Amino acid sequence: MVKWSDFERATIQDIFSKIDSGAVGAAALSRCLTVYPWTQRYFSKFGNLSSADAIASNPKVAAHGKVVMGGLEKAMKNLDDIKNAFKDLSVLHSEKLQVDPDNFKLLADCVTIVVAGQMGKAFTAEVHAALEKFLAVVVSSLRKQYY
Amino acid sequence: MLYRASRAALICPVPPSRMGVTCGGRLNLSRGNLQSPSDSGRETEREADMSLTDKDKAAVKALWAKISKSADAIGAEALGRLVTVYPQTKTYFAHWPDLSASSPSVKNHGKKIMGGVTLAVAKIDDLTNGLLDLSELHAFKLRVDPANFKLLSHCLLVVIAAMFPNDFTPEAHVSMDKFLCNLALGLSERYR
Repeated sequence: MVKWSDFERATIQDIFSKIDSGAVGAAALSRCLTVYPWTQRYFSKFGNLSSADAIASNPKVAAHGKVVMGGLEKAMKNLDDIKNAFKDLSVLHSEKLQVDPDNFKLLADCVTIVVAGQMGKAFTAEVHAALEKFLAVVVSSLRKQYY
Repeated sequence: MLYRASRAALICPVPPSRMGVTCGGRLNLSRGNLQSPSDSGRETEREADMSLTDKDKAAVKALWAKISKSADAIGAEALGRLVTVYPQTKTYFAHWPDLSASSPSVKNHGKKIMGGVTLAVAKIDDLTNGLLDLSELHAFKLRVDPANFKLLSHCLLVVIAAMFPNDFTPEAHVSMDKFLCNLALGLSERYR
């Protein structure tokens, strides 16, 4: 089981209360599709992804970014057992969506960068470390059911 | 060439092979970086896996022009974050009394690192040769595991995003990420 310090727990709740979740999700996903274009392979039904502008203004990308953030919020609410809370999501990603799990880290990095952009100075090294630990646990839980 | 590809994979995210990239059943040529099999005389670019296009170089230089005044602060912040977020990197700085982000050792060393990045921006047209001396330093004297270059690159991107959210657009991000990947590759040139 993952051990969270009081600071980490409080920080993660605080981040989610401060950020504009929908905007972060949309920006993180569109950044991921732009910076790591091979990730577009999973979104062939999303329409126009042919340029950074097209991706940034694509409504399906924005909507899906919100879905992803919903998943992160679920993890935040189940901090002490993310692994079990994410069992079904992990099966979904491995068996139905068939996403290369290395891509989870890429999206997590984009979430970190977007949150940093939103929080600015408040995104101190300690807050950054707490968020990366949280995202690492989420990524690991998503990878759990792959075989 | 296989060796260089595996070294690149250690340092940076590796896209699927160019022939294999599809997006809804068609070859993804949208970023113009992919080269058709009939291209000739561009062996050196193909070797590098992530060639910097003219657009990338322009984007890096444009972003650098905006952020270089804060280079010292960026370097200090990024290094402070590296040792905080990835504590295993502290092993390279065990000789410093204070590893907090505000310590003079971290601040000074962050400045030094940014000096290296500034040099790399100037040598962007030939990073491999431009960074040979620094590569020898890291390979033979410092002996930093190249996997850590990726971690510091990520910290640099996070700091730039936090300090310059309006300038660090997705387009600037992808070019900067590619540049830092190539920088890391240049730094690891002399390792073995």
